[in-house]
Amino acid sequence: MRAWRNAVIALACWGAVLGVVHPVLAVQPDEVLTDATLEARARGLSRELRCMVCQNQSIDDSDAPLARDLRILVRERLTAGDSDEQVLNFLVSRYGEFVLLKPPFEWHTALLWLTPAAALLAGAIAMFAAVRRRRFGVAGPVPLSPEEERRLSEMIDKSS
Amino acid sequence: MIEEIGHYALVLALALALVQSTVPLIGARTRDAALMAVAEPVAVAQFGFVAISFAALVTCYVTSDFSVRNVFENSHSQMPLLYKFTSTWGNHEGSMLLWVLILTLFGALVALFGNNIPASLKATVLAVQAWVAAAFHLFILMTSNPFLRFAPAPLEGRDLNPVLQDIGLAIHPPMLYLGYVGFSISFSFAIAALIEGRIDAAWARWVRPWLLVAWMCLTLGVAMGSYWAYYELGWGGWWFWDPVENASLMPWLAGTALLHSAVVMEKREALKIWTILLAILTFSLSLIGTFLVRSGVLTSVHAFASDPMRGIFILAILVTFIGGGLALFAWRAPLLRQGGLFAPVSREGALVLNNLFLTAACATVFVGTLYPLALEALTGDKISVGPPFFNATFGPLFAALLIALPFGPLLAWKRGDLAGVAQRLSGAFVVALIGAAATFVVEGRPLLAPFGIGLALFVIAGSITDIVERTGLLRAPLMSVARRAAGLPRSAWGTAFAHLGLGITLLGIVGETQWNAERIVSVKPGDKIAIHNYDFTFDGTTDRNGPNYKEVAATFTVRRHGEVIGVMQPSKRTFGSRGTTTTESALMARGFSQLYLSLGELNPDGSAAVRLYYKPLVLLIWLGCVVMVIGGGLSLSDRRLRVGAPKPARIKTAMAPAE
Repeated sequence: MRAWRNAVIALACWGAVLGVVHPVLAVQPDEVLTDATLEARARGLSRELRCMVCQNQSIDDSDAPLARDLRILVRERLTAGDSDEQVLNFLVSRYGEFVLLKPPFEWHTALLWLTPAAALLAGAIAMFAAVRRRRFGVAGPVPLSPEEERRLSEMIDKSS
Repeated sequence: MIEEIGHYALVLALALALVQSTVPLIGARTRDAALMAVAEPVAVAQFGFVAISFAALVTCYVTSDFSVRNVFENSHSQMPLLYKFTSTWGNHEGSMLLWVLILTLFGALVALFGNNIPASLKATVLAVQAWVAAAFHLFILMTSNPFLRFAPAPLEGRDLNPVLQDIGLAIHPPMLYLGYVGFSISFSFAIAALIEGRIDAAWARWVRPWLLVAWMCLTLGVAMGSYWAYYELGWGGWWFWDPVENASLMPWLAGTALLHSAVVMEKREALKIWTILLAILTFSLSLIGTFLVRSGVLTSVHAFASDPMRGIFILAILVTFIGGGLALFAWRAPLLRQGGLFAPVSREGALVLNNLFLTAACATVFVGTLYPLALEALTGDKISVGPPFFNATFGPLFAALLIALPFGPLLAWKRGDLAGVAQRLSGAFVVALIGAAATFVVEGRPLLAPFGIGLALFVIAGSITDIVERTGLLRAPLMSVARRAAGLPRSAWGTAFAHLGLGITLLGIVGETQWNAERIVSVKPGDKIAIHNYDFTFDGTTDRNGPNYKEVAATFTVRRHGEVIGVMQPSKRTFGSRGTTTTESALMARGFSQLYLSLGELNPDGSAAVRLYYKPLVLLIWLGCVVMVIGGGLSLSDRRLRVGAPKPARIKTAMAPAE
């Protein structure tokens, strides 16, 4: 059965080329709130929240039952008068940081968040260093190898 | 019998790869022409044997030979012929075989058409190419053999995942692999340059056509994958920042940077060491991309070990080629000599800036994709890094790059005049400002939309500024414009088109993300839904039978201002063999915008849940990619740049069978 399981994984991987394994129809008509402002906020929050049983899908995109429960939960909290912040905090307290698709800036995500700036800075420093180094000892052209000398003289002979 | 031939051919290909990876190298070191000459016929023969092997697997699939386990697991006798064919690579083993097919194809093409490359460099390049091939042949034979059989043969196969039963599978993976694997050529050239210890502008010319072909294929492959996801998945998203998508984006970003740094090297002999490093990194990212997808490590850190042999093999290949390549770089790169000097404000400077931003964007995607895996492995903490993170980090980096983009091609080499260029771009500024202002007046809302539209128009207008000026489009008579246009170098057109394409894509992205309208409703026959000037009437559902599925199609009549403009039929397909259901969305193009309709739950009372979208300018996203590829093609066809490089026309014909 191992081969079969591998095949499933392999297929899942090709499926993952598409983002997910199953085509989905996420938000259902009966979930939509009548208050358009609240619904817009709910959709915005849904895109920030991960469906924990899926591969890299937000609860807005997923048709897993858990995602549906979470969407309804988000809407319940919003209807009860929670702010966006409070809804997110509530979900984090319940499911942990894993539920957030945009991890908060903390010590263990510092490297993640600082990468873009660090990469730019490192690149800029490297460029600066390269420019400074280049002030010294710019080398001349590389001499030809004997083989190339031969071919060159052949070509000169031919053309003359 | 056929599968044994295929298996045996693969073993022979491995043997040839081992010959090719050693003998020509010894020849190049000892300056022995006979040993170096071994590389060419062996490279062609190696490709021949892999082609035989691949053809054998295709035959097994097309004839539904279920005695082959791989066919049994991924095919079904009732599938349409096209999908029987494409399911050859719709699984791990087959896709790895497609990978080596393309790898050896590129090797054979270098052997056949790289006539202007010095013998020792060519021999070394082919040897390096064979190292990669040998590793992959071994990987397939030892851990992922597609030709394994079992008896008695089952009567029916388990079918291909229905989501993959689409024309997308025929185009997307082969194009993507042509791109990924195409970068192996620049990798081999880079390693060969390091081994030889010398490099010059000619190196960039030899690599250029291969790089362009790979980049074009990868661009198309990524765009095709995006469009496929868009229409197949039923909720109208076109980019998900999924790790697997990121795996294809990273080589694209690095490859784009490489394309630009190679220009500096070719024209000015500068940035040599950086270009070599980038060539190594680009192919490394292709390898990582392949393995991120293939190893299952993305599903979970633990899935990686589901087949320990495969996992260890994968790690060994990555460590050998990436680690080995970088170690060789660290050791040999100081031997390479630097070339031309340039002022910070110059074409070279602009291209360096391009590289800086593309590399930083690539690093961001790389860290964002792998960070959760690394963190979990090291500390056990589980975090998610998804679209909101990438939008917040990648977005600003790319916006900065795009603001700078129109300046680059207008700056002179060596020392540029920024004020002068800004003046030449004043037309583009004006266009951008008008666009942004108009958007703001109409929307009166968030600044993102006006900024996005302004930026997109700036890139579009800025990209054609050079062409407009040089052809005298706005002042000279038409005939002289045409004459001047024909006289412009193709590479100038290539630059303009590629940048123009990027602007068009951005315009599509801004349109789709800012003004996407959506209705999620439940409808009964006779009900109407309205979206952005269009009215939809639900006429009811019909049952239909496909070759290997049953489907329920819903019919919607579409009206605009009361007039019928067409019918849309989204459907739900049920595939009996796997019991899975797919959603087939219905699309209707209105100019560059699209109406998008997909079905949800169908209830016994005849009502249906539907998702209806109006997606403004969405088609520009992919159209822009096509324009970029046209730019690449124009650049490839520039006669001035062919010196010392294989003739592009011949590349195209030779590659045709692989597509």
